[in-house]
Amino acid sequence: MPSLKVNGREVTVMAAPLTRLIDVLREELLLTGTKEGCGEGECGSCTVLLDGEPVNSCLVPVAQTFGRAVLTIEGLGTPERLLPLQSCFISEGGAQCGICTPGMLISAHALLERNPQPDDGAIREAIAGNLCRCTGYQRIVNAIKKAAEG
Amino acid sequence: MTVGQSPPRVDGVAKVLGTARYVDDLTMPGMWHGATVRSRVAAGRIREIRFNPAFDWSQVTVVTAKDIPGENIITTLEDDQPCLADGIIRHAYEPILLVAAETKEHLAAAVAAIEVIIDAETPILTLDEALNPAQPIFGKDNVFKRYSIKRGSLAEGFAEADVIVEGTYEVGHQEHIYIEPQGMIAWIEQDGTATVQGSLQCPYYIHKAMKRVFNLTEDKVRVIQNVTGGGFGGKEEYPSLIACHAALLALKAGRPVKIIYGREEDIEATTKRHPARMTYRTGVKKDGTLTAMDVTVLMDGGAYCTLTPVVLSRGTLHASGAYRCPAIEIHSTAVATNTPPNGAFRGFGAPQTIWAIERHMDKIARTLDLDPLAVREKNLYTLGDTTATGQLLKESVGSEACVEAAVMASGYWSKRKEYAQPQTGRIRRGIGIATFFHGAGFTGSGEARLKGKVQVDLQPGGRLMVRSGSTDIGQGTETVFAQMAADAAKLPLDMVDVHPVDTHGVPDSGPTVASRTTMVVGSIVADAAAEVAAKVRELTPEGDWAQAADKALAQGPISVLLQYVPPGTNQWDDDTYSGDAYPCFSWGADIAEVEVDLDTMEVTVVDFWAAQDIGKAIHPVMCAGQIEGGTLQAIGWALCEEVVWDKGLIKNNRITNYIIPTALDAPPFHTFLIEEPFSGGPFGAKGVGELPMDGGAPALAAAIEQAIGVCPDSLPLTPERLLEVYRA
Repeated sequence: MPSLKVNGREVTVMAAPLTRLIDVLREELLLTGTKEGCGEGECGSCTVLLDGEPVNSCLVPVAQTFGRAVLTIEGLGTPERLLPLQSCFISEGGAQCGICTPGMLISAHALLERNPQPDDGAIREAIAGNLCRCTGYQRIVNAIKKAAEG
Repeated sequence: MTVGQSPPRVDGVAKVLGTARYVDDLTMPGMWHGATVRSRVAAGRIREIRFNPAFDWSQVTVVTAKDIPGENIITTLEDDQPCLADGIIRHAYEPILLVAAETKEHLAAAVAAIEVIIDAETPILTLDEALNPAQPIFGKDNVFKRYSIKRGSLAEGFAEADVIVEGTYEVGHQEHIYIEPQGMIAWIEQDGTATVQGSLQCPYYIHKAMKRVFNLTEDKVRVIQNVTGGGFGGKEEYPSLIACHAALLALKAGRPVKIIYGREEDIEATTKRHPARMTYRTGVKKDGTLTAMDVTVLMDGGAYCTLTPVVLSRGTLHASGAYRCPAIEIHSTAVATNTPPNGAFRGFGAPQTIWAIERHMDKIARTLDLDPLAVREKNLYTLGDTTATGQLLKESVGSEACVEAAVMASGYWSKRKEYAQPQTGRIRRGIGIATFFHGAGFTGSGEARLKGKVQVDLQPGGRLMVRSGSTDIGQGTETVFAQMAADAAKLPLDMVDVHPVDTHGVPDSGPTVASRTTMVVGSIVADAAAEVAAKVRELTPEGDWAQAADKALAQGPISVLLQYVPPGTNQWDDDTYSGDAYPCFSWGADIAEVEVDLDTMEVTVVDFWAAQDIGKAIHPVMCAGQIEGGTLQAIGWALCEEVVWDKGLIKNNRITNYIIPTALDAPPFHTFLIEEPFSGGPFGAKGVGELPMDGGAPALAAAIEQAIGVCPDSLPLTPERLLEVYRA
């Protein structure tokens, strides 16, 4: 049975190899934190990390993830211990309706992993593939910056 | 006290952990998936529906108009919109059939095995065709609604003018693009209660619509809101259709049915902002003073009435802008076309007419060779002025304070002067301003008719439970209600719970629209909470709150149900369209600075300053979030958002080709919260939700005009349109 690592745990997958990763995450593994907004890789709501790189999980056939590591929003923090990034999204107003928030946080997390002190331009570039219709992005940029400042 | 502070939003933790459950995250035992079969022809008559005999129809549920137990009507303002088309097709995405199956794959196969044969007729697709229809779509004259506002004498006003300035301004559709597409899950309880849960703004609109479609009594329809991924008006009236559709399938299938729209279907079938054409003829003195304003507004309502009369009303009431003028006539008309019904969208008609008046003020400035801001300052409403409907602005007018804040912070005057110097090279710079107002709450007699209610219950240990039908669609209703209840009852914030929105557990507070939730519903939340606290303290004036509350509860339940009563001083006449149009207005000044690339005609919004008077910022972080998010929606509408039509069908039905701004397109926002308190609002608060949609487009246009010397009078300001006027 083919398997992949999701949020640090090895999981086997029943779905057909060409099933979209998002469907495996949401329907087979019941990880519904990853959202679908467009189904064509434009909105970024379904962003997850594949071996540390952000990908649109609606465009990735699950077979491409076998033997690799996937990180979803469910792997980012816990109710008792939010990541600083998550706390900053709350305090700075980075989340309004919240539907883009999981994908946005995943992209921001990937940015901070490779660039712990990003400037505004780097932050905007990193989240340019994640559409938000509520915030105007300013408060998301502020939140990521504040998390980076620690 | 938490009002004026920015405590963490109550749903924040669930949203950053990904544990907030939206409708598509939910499932139910035995649940099937549902889909809608649509026309794809803009006008015509259904001749035949063919079901491929090779398909096994025993494993799916199919619903037609004949399966509707009650009336085939979606209740809004008129009874013209059917739940499912029964013979006549009035727009290309008209729902005709519903299908449900166990899996999405099986559902797709079933839908593909259905063919609807339609005898096409010539559709009405433009405003001009709609004004002179061969065969009206609505009523006798194809007009949904007309309004007229008259103030003073136009003849006298024009006689006093030195110059007459005329202009025509147009705007197109705008799609909401909430990131969560629409969806509902429906099921029928054993006692026959038709129940839906889903993504929605107005539970009692759906409740009303379902009662009629299913011929059920009040208590046999239940509507529950799930966490909702954005609305902006798009989930105001349209969800009634999806709820009825899902429940019709659930009734026939005898099991829960979920309908989730794909993005294409959501863009095609759901409501959009009304396109509009405005004409202005104004008289002005040489110093820029307005003496007369003769305005016409024409809006495209689409195939069904939905909320068009109310949208047109707000558009009409904002058409003379935030400017005093002794003689004003505004005549407005909304017509029907064979396009999907247009509906509520943040600003609700006002952004359309404010685009026009603001562009026209720039034209007046250009004609008189005055600075656009100088012309505005000459005419801007201030305390004590009277509006077009005769409303005296007796308090809470922050117009000048907004201008001052935005002008100071942006360095408007020095930049305006600098960019007015001859520019060379590929990149040209400009800065521009828009000044505007937005009526907060329902128009005229709306609140008096609506009778919005909330209830606050005392719970064991002294906790408060706020019950309201107002929804949190991202804007933070739950948090600001908790803040206001806590402060009014003099309790810590964590002593307040907000009941989930469920028609079996909350009263009808009126719809979550019109920037009325904080100002109107919030005021009775605060009053009810204060009243509960007073009842407890009546019995035990001093000492521990929790003990006092439990002592009071020992004598019986404590619960306060309040109904909103508009201030008695407000007078409004629906027949003459005169009087106090709104309880009060929020005010704004937006300044945009742009760069225009002459090689590509692309516009970069370099910086944006927004100063907006909202009475009192209950939660400043969320208020600024509303202003910035709303402004970016306006920037998108101004620069890149355009619905492209072909014979009544939408060609760009995807986020790939209906473009909304990304983080790289968005400017840095400098936001200033101006607080001129309104005595009728809780803690002085006025509406904030829609105001930010008004100023973005005209501020950008003014900046573009300074940068390249010209700017189109129609939105959106795409590179193609800019090139056209620049070359001319």
